[in-house]
Amino acid sequence: MFEDNFTWLCYFLSGILFTIGAVGAILRRNMIVVFMCIELMLNAVNLVFIAAGGSLSSMDGSVFVFFIMTVAAVEAAVGLAIFVMVFRLQHTINADELNLLKG
Amino acid sequence: MDVISFKGIVFIASALVAVAASVLMATRRNPIHSALWMIVTFFAMAVIYLLLNAQFIAVAQVMVYAGAIMMLILFVIMLVHMEKGEETVPGQARRPKKTKLIAALITVILCGEILLGALFYNMTGRGGEHPAALVDAVGNVKTVGALLYGQYLFPFEIASILLLVGIVGAVVIAKRK
Repeated sequence: MFEDNFTWLCYFLSGILFTIGAVGAILRRNMIVVFMCIELMLNAVNLVFIAAGGSLSSMDGSVFVFFIMTVAAVEAAVGLAIFVMVFRLQHTINADELNLLKG
Repeated sequence: MDVISFKGIVFIASALVAVAASVLMATRRNPIHSALWMIVTFFAMAVIYLLLNAQFIAVAQVMVYAGAIMMLILFVIMLVHMEKGEETVPGQARRPKKTKLIAALITVILCGEILLGALFYNMTGRGGEHPAALVDAVGNVKTVGALLYGQYLFPFEIASILLLVGIVGAVVIAKRK
């Protein structure tokens, strides 16, 4: 059962991590923690790419994960700059209090 | 002795660490503690990448995620004065709304679907051109590098332009005024 074949276990772990990230992103108010939960979801998807690429004897999984990491880094830089800007304007980054567009 | 191999033990241990650390990350009230638990999660996942013969991705995970992104997040937490924990608004209940709880419940049900799929999937199709023995003979990093600078050269250049745009955008957004 465990003889060096982790593929389905990796899918299992990835599903659990993705769900933890999604539930955290839904329930938390602090935008930075929501952001970290989204990073966790990206990581869970990376794990599926690596595991599936390994079990299909293909290296494309690693290449895709490299590009996902690039996009995640850019997203982190721009998103955190937006958080700093929002904090300067509104003096909070609580997602429930940022309701200027609510009408 | 043959029921579970050494790699299996390492996998189970790092998977448990990853799940526990991510649960702690999602539930801590202080964002600094969340960020530190997130780093633990990233290291555990780097160990899993090593077990899956993806050495390049494991090192990139530690350097990009645990190094760069989490450092950025920690800086921003201190910039927005969140290091003491979330401020509570007086007179407002701290419990999440009912709609949010229902959405979280639906997400957990969908997670069950993912887990069932992971248990009963049946992979079909033709194998790729990079079986593990071949990749180990050349080296994982060399194989990834040859792919990145060969077959995927154009997406690689696009990624570099994306990084440049991201740097400029972050500076422009954060430096306004």
